[in-house]
Amino acid sequence: MHRKGAKLVAFGVFVALALIFSYIEACIPFQIGIPGVKLGLANLVIVVALYKMPVREVYILSIVRVLLAGLLFGNMMSIIYSLAGGLLSLTVMWALKKSPSMSLIGISIAGGVCHNLGQLLMAMLTVETYGVFSYFPILMVSGLLTGLAIGIGAREMLLRLGRLQF
Amino acid sequence: MKKGDFIVIGTILLAACIGFGILFWMGRQQAGTVRIFKDGKEAGVYSLDKDQEIQVDGGENVVVIENGKVRMQSASCPDQICVKQGEIGKKGESIICLPNEVVVSVEEGEESGVDAVTN
Repeated sequence: MHRKGAKLVAFGVFVALALIFSYIEACIPFQIGIPGVKLGLANLVIVVALYKMPVREVYILSIVRVLLAGLLFGNMMSIIYSLAGGLLSLTVMWALKKSPSMSLIGISIAGGVCHNLGQLLMAMLTVETYGVFSYFPILMVSGLLTGLAIGIGAREMLLRLGRLQF
Repeated sequence: MKKGDFIVIGTILLAACIGFGILFWMGRQQAGTVRIFKDGKEAGVYSLDKDQEIQVDGGENVVVIENGKVRMQSASCPDQICVKQGEIGKKGESIICLPNEVVVSVEEGEESGVDAVTN
């Protein structure tokens, strides 16, 4: 068994999945008038990967996904915002995963909220106005709801993946 | 769902509530202000919230604030352009009485609204 080759293939599949989810998300006109509120489908892949891969590889996966999705469907600014959100989200999820009193759902919720929080902080830095803070409460609540949805989805995916590790 | 999950949810909801609270509080502080200048020098700052009548230069110009709007009630100048302008209330608007060198301008609080939005 070529362990290294199998790992590489699995990594490629995860990147492709995350990219497809980003694409689907770009296709769905899920706009409720508030910028920044979206489902975050690609986070589903990140959450699953967090349970299935060494954390170092999940970081690489997250960065690769943001760069590729940004180049394909976004622009330079969206890459910067997504990177800030994605890395903060992943770091918090990774830290919370170590706690025994946390389940997948809570971790996913924290991840969803931190994704929004990271983008908001980056927006404050680049726009240099605290006015963007007016989005804070809405983004917290929306992150909670999308994080919950993603968590439920990830739980189902992990159930079906069984004991597979990459 | 475990105990930690509810702690996370509770913390987020609390933070959201505090955020709403701060925004509500800031919104109340942010009522527009009126700045009046006479001969290029600041003659006074007034809140648009409070209805009042202001005598500028001993009653040469009378400025009235009413229902969040400000207008020039009367002026001693010959053309009366400032009086005819009517009431203003939005940020950046101003009434200028050139003959008497009186400027009434509407300003907001320290922080203005959102400057830019990216998606």
